[in-house]
Amino acid sequence: MLKLLWLIPALPMAGFLLLALLGDRFTRRHVAWVGVGSVGAAAMINGLVAVGFVRVLPDVTSYTQTLWTWVETSGMATGIAFHLDALSVVMTLVITGVGFLIHLYSTEYIIDTGKAGVSAPAGPEGDNDEGYRRFFAYMNLFVASMLTLVLADNLLLLYLGWEGVGICSYLLIGFWYREPENGAAAQKAFIVTRIGDTGFAIGLFALFASFKTLSIQQVQTLAAESWPVGSGIAIAVAALLLAGAVGKSAQLPLQVWLPDAMAGPTPVSALIHAATMVTAGVYLIARMHVLFSLAPPVHDAVAVIGVLTLLLAGCSALVQRDIKRVLAYSTISQIGYMFLALGVGAWSAALFHFVTHACFKALLFLAAGAVILSLHHEQNIFRMGGLRRHSPVTFWTFLIGASALAGMPLITAGFYSKDWILWEAWSAPLGGPWLWAGGALGALLTGLYSFRLVFRVFFGDVRTKPHGHPGPAMSIPLIVLALLSLGAGVLELPRTLGDSPLFSQFLSSALPQLEPTVDSLVPSEGVLQLAVTLLSLLGIGLAAAFFLPARGAVEHVANTAWGRALRMFWLEGWGFDRLYEVLAVRPWRRLTRDAEDAIDAWYDGLAESLRRFHVSLSRTQNGNLRWYAATVGLGALVLVGFFAF
Amino acid sequence: MLATHALVLAMLLFGLGLIGLLVRRNVLYMLLSIEVMLNGASLAFIAAGSRWAQPDGQVMFLFILTLAAAEVSVALGIVLQVYYRFRTLDADAFSLMKG
Repeated sequence: MLKLLWLIPALPMAGFLLLALLGDRFTRRHVAWVGVGSVGAAAMINGLVAVGFVRVLPDVTSYTQTLWTWVETSGMATGIAFHLDALSVVMTLVITGVGFLIHLYSTEYIIDTGKAGVSAPAGPEGDNDEGYRRFFAYMNLFVASMLTLVLADNLLLLYLGWEGVGICSYLLIGFWYREPENGAAAQKAFIVTRIGDTGFAIGLFALFASFKTLSIQQVQTLAAESWPVGSGIAIAVAALLLAGAVGKSAQLPLQVWLPDAMAGPTPVSALIHAATMVTAGVYLIARMHVLFSLAPPVHDAVAVIGVLTLLLAGCSALVQRDIKRVLAYSTISQIGYMFLALGVGAWSAALFHFVTHACFKALLFLAAGAVILSLHHEQNIFRMGGLRRHSPVTFWTFLIGASALAGMPLITAGFYSKDWILWEAWSAPLGGPWLWAGGALGALLTGLYSFRLVFRVFFGDVRTKPHGHPGPAMSIPLIVLALLSLGAGVLELPRTLGDSPLFSQFLSSALPQLEPTVDSLVPSEGVLQLAVTLLSLLGIGLAAAFFLPARGAVEHVANTAWGRALRMFWLEGWGFDRLYEVLAVRPWRRLTRDAEDAIDAWYDGLAESLRRFHVSLSRTQNGNLRWYAATVGLGALVLVGFFAF
Repeated sequence: MLATHALVLAMLLFGLGLIGLLVRRNVLYMLLSIEVMLNGASLAFIAAGSRWAQPDGQVMFLFILTLAAAEVSVALGIVLQVYYRFRTLDADAFSLMKG
């Protein structure tokens, strides 16, 4: 069954090609079948492959399938080759599984967007079949690229997938391209991630220069052999890879693109900007973990970046007005948790949080999409309210998603993954009380902002009249994801509660496991769990106190001068946009707009002289028959003269 | 000797035809000039054929004769069409196609 591996990325790719090349003859039904079916088939084959992999597991820990040689030059042969191990099994299962559910959801969401015509941004695009087909073509291409990324056997193929998801993200953020601000958001996302990608590419060059290979396995083996721990080259390469990961995963200081990326359709935000693509950075660091272990300063930086990002984004999420921007900041914050786990060497914990986060954040986005649709594309949470009674499915699934996000103890998956990360953040050799404290404060913020959303949207008075109910194509993914958000926690139960480490055992063949340290300074696991749980519940309780409509406490605080200033500061994401505007964007614009500089003069001169030359040449074509005859005669004379003498 | 004289005559004929082609504006006269040029070229072939005692020159002459006949019939058809459209035979008036 492992031989079917190549089909997993090939099927969505085939779906993309079919839709892009032949799709103009398809009806919407056909487009939906191709678009959803290709990902669904990939998910099924993925299931088969995963079962096949688990069967051979104790003896065989990885399986490589080389399809053909892609580049062969200067002693390096890079193949189109897929590498399956425990890490890529987890990644592909999430991508195809959650991806399939989101595709299914989109069939209804995008149709409705078109029919209602309220998506004025769509203009004629959204309500014709071209827009529908374009959407599914891009989505399929995205899934194919993402699968290539996580299955790649070498860094070059990984980079291909990396850029592939980048371009799909760009195309889908700007899906409603008639609105200029959507185009601007797409460009911002593309350019900001490009900064990180440039670092990543330079890191690949450095690796190739050192080892003459880009195979992930070989590079890590060779690096572990020839680079001492803490050597300059190891630190430089790890830092460059980290730059790529930070850009893609929207961590400090390149996090500015993700909130704006919410300009895309909601299923896109769910799939690309919450569940899968933004976690590519987490995957990269986990995949290259040997390199990061060789560079302790960079490895520490990963944890610090994670903690800072999760606190920063948590505060910003508290004050946002747009429901999708709250979720975007929360995504940044949750990826911060994953970075924290990676930074202390708890690779499996990061992956576990990736899995649970993919479920509950996709759920939250899809439920938010249902809310937005039923309110005529209203996204401001201050104009929502009282939706609890209107659509119970949306309410309950959203509530489950928010509980999982907040880490509601025992019954949600988010509790188990966050708890694991926070335990490792203190108890791991690289961890410490400060990292734990940051993460725990983040848990409080998470409870606060996620239930602020629930109380604002679903409780209180009805401010915008809702209409319509989600149909089966939208409800089924919501319900399935809700069940997963509740149940995925059983994959890994902590020692204090059941002690069933299925997930970390499965991953132990691909990623090193942390040995629990016996240190008298570290409080016991149970105490830490209790503390985090109490903080999460405190966050939820505070949210109830502040944001339940009957209470006005928060308005008093928010309306003082300090409160208002702080709120504006957080609303704008800690002023990073303004900082970059002043530091980078404006100087660059000034440079490019100055028409008098020497470089421009040279190109302008070139263009002008070519223009003159072409004008004088075209003057010879004057339409005069006798002039043509004369030039033919003259030309013949010149030729005869040339050959005769 | 004969060949040299004939070649000089052919050159003169060709040159006169070319001058006629360039200075006359009436399309019919331009066609006539082309005929003169063709005759100059044919004469050169004949002269060369007799100089080397080869039949090829005369064969080429027959070819040129055929070509000239075909060329004139096509050209006259075009001239007729052009005349219907422009009501003049002045070649300088047909200068609509220019760069």
